Amino acid sequence: MSVLVGNNTRLIIQGITGTEGSFHGSQIKEYGTNLVGGVTPRKGGQEVLGVPVFNSVQEAKAETDCNTSVIFVPPAFAAGAVIEAVEAGLELVICITEGIPAADMVKVNHKIKDLPTRLVGPNCPGVISPGKAKVGIMPGFIHEPGTIGVVSRSGTLTYEAVHQLVAAGLGQSTSVGIGGDPIIGTTFIDMLSLFADDDETEGIVMIGEIGGTAEEEAAQWVIENNLQKPVVAFIAGQTAPPGRRMGHAGAIIAGGKGTAAEKVTSLETAGIHVVKSPADIGKAMAEATNTK
Amino acid sequence: MKIHEYQAKELFRQNNVSVPEGTVAFSLEEALTAYDRLNVKTVVVKAQIHAGGRGKGGGVKLAHSRNEVKTHAEEILGMNLVTHQTGPGGKEVQRLLIESGVDIARECYAGIVLDRAEKQFVFMVSTEGGVEIEKVAAETPEKIIKEWIDPEKGLTEDQARNLAIALEMTGTQIDSAVEIFLAVWKVFIEHDCSLLEINPLVVTGDDNVMALDAKMNFDDNGLFRHKELLDYKDESEEDAAELEASKYQLNYIKLDGNVGCMVNGAGLAMGTMDIIKLYGGEPANFLDVGGVANAETVANGFRIILSDPNVKSILINIFGGIVRCDRVAQGVIDAMDTVNVSIPVVVRLEGTNAKQAAKLLKNSSLEFLVATSLADAAEKAVSAVTGGGL
Repeated sequence: MSVLVGNNTRLIIQGITGTEGSFHGSQIKEYGTNLVGGVTPRKGGQEVLGVPVFNSVQEAKAETDCNTSVIFVPPAFAAGAVIEAVEAGLELVICITEGIPAADMVKVNHKIKDLPTRLVGPNCPGVISPGKAKVGIMPGFIHEPGTIGVVSRSGTLTYEAVHQLVAAGLGQSTSVGIGGDPIIGTTFIDMLSLFADDDETEGIVMIGEIGGTAEEEAAQWVIENNLQKPVVAFIAGQTAPPGRRMGHAGAIIAGGKGTAAEKVTSLETAGIHVVKSPADIGKAMAEATNTK
Repeated sequence: MKIHEYQAKELFRQNNVSVPEGTVAFSLEEALTAYDRLNVKTVVVKAQIHAGGRGKGGGVKLAHSRNEVKTHAEEILGMNLVTHQTGPGGKEVQRLLIESGVDIARECYAGIVLDRAEKQFVFMVSTEGGVEIEKVAAETPEKIIKEWIDPEKGLTEDQARNLAIALEMTGTQIDSAVEIFLAVWKVFIEHDCSLLEINPLVVTGDDNVMALDAKMNFDDNGLFRHKELLDYKDESEEDAAELEASKYQLNYIKLDGNVGCMVNGAGLAMGTMDIIKLYGGEPANFLDVGGVANAETVANGFRIILSDPNVKSILINIFGGIVRCDRVAQGVIDAMDTVNVSIPVVVRLEGTNAKQAAKLLKNSSLEFLVATSLADAAEKAVSAVTGGGL
């Protein structure tokens, strides 16, 4: 099994007629993901990438029975696009868009918190279950099907980790970028919980970074739920100065909180193997799964 | 984006948040004119820089006469103000706020920030005003009272009243505080602020509540819908190289080390800085070239990194996804033709078309140190600085 996306995914792309949506859409389709449609307001009736374009998610759902959406619309309209997909009752909404105002995401999360739809992102590379479905912008070819679950706040650093896993002979069940913004949908805890329950996942790679307390909360969850699967973690930003936003809107040490040192301590307390070097992720996971 | 105190107070004034009367001054003459116009006995001369802790650093002085205004303004204008937030280098003061003195009965704190864990904005107050709030939070967290704000309702009058009462206000002070809190929330949400702090929020001798200080940061992602705020931008407060980089859509932050780095993606860029340190070097910068790494971006990246004279080697670490490594390699080769790079350059390209990229680098007449892995790259970049001593 994989989690979130796989053979049952029936995907639509919101913003399919845009530059980003059509470019990544073609790669998503090429990977073999079951793409069933797209949505761009006022552009319904066209065909793009061999699938029909609809004016709304609701219409797309009625016509294609889609269960997942990936969002490529510009920041000013992204929050509205997420809410539209949630209200249409999709199971999973993955928002790739970078640069959405935090106040918009506060509203989105408030609106969807009691609804069954899961949101991944925004400002994330998406989700891939190698060999089954790719719903995002990651390079598909670097992945291999396997037993390691990967969850990360970063994009290219995740590719680096996946590359190292493959070099160490380890494929991935699912790799998820949860996003670099301060307010995101799916969290580390959500993913740890899904990977814990997934029979196919034998080990978990977790890539955090400075800012916020999501890693500390994940560490607490691991203790409370007595997670049995080995977890290897890396925290980026050990050398980052406080008070500066390190590219990602969420990667900032503010008010003395969110330092890498605090996160490393919390994770180690939970029995998680935190590697000091981002070059040791694959090796450490290979050792952890061999000695299990 | 950060703005100055006097600008934040301007926004406060426009939105009926009570602040002392005051004027910005860019010169001694303007400071004296401002004093004359205020026509009060006591004024405060406040240095305007984008950092807190100005009082402790000697950037805020009381003046009881025109002569004292002159003395303080002369002293503060042009001074290099060092506070716990500026770093040891300090900041040159170029602007002053000349403001009426206020009869202060009591100092409190009020602020609004994003609570990431709760996924909501939180309004915080404390009776411990005028001191560093981080210290209060660490030592006596029970003295910070919070109200989380429902994004659909906004800050409610009941919540504002709870906050006023938590600040031990009484009688008309409560009404005055409620009015201010509601207005402050309006300023915050209508301008896409990411942080707003009033420290101190004061109760005056005649029972009014007033914002004596104002710190306001804006969410960069929200600026597209507040073009008017861009007029508040003070470029002299920013690092020249960082400003230059932002014009090319490059995300650059200068650090104190000597190994320059150019990376695609913020997480990998931080990870690259970390591994440089791990191999005994010090990163000179954070530089995320983003999703487009062509000859032009690479050349601009080189120029910006090389504008820092401390840089002794450069590490280029690109994990190609959408970005094709062969294009990056060609970009590096072309950039080295246009930019005079006289220090060692270590290149590590992985991902899409990495093999073609390696071939291009190998066949070029330029001297690169080609690295085969992240660890190898860090080791090569650091040993190039230390003279191969590793």
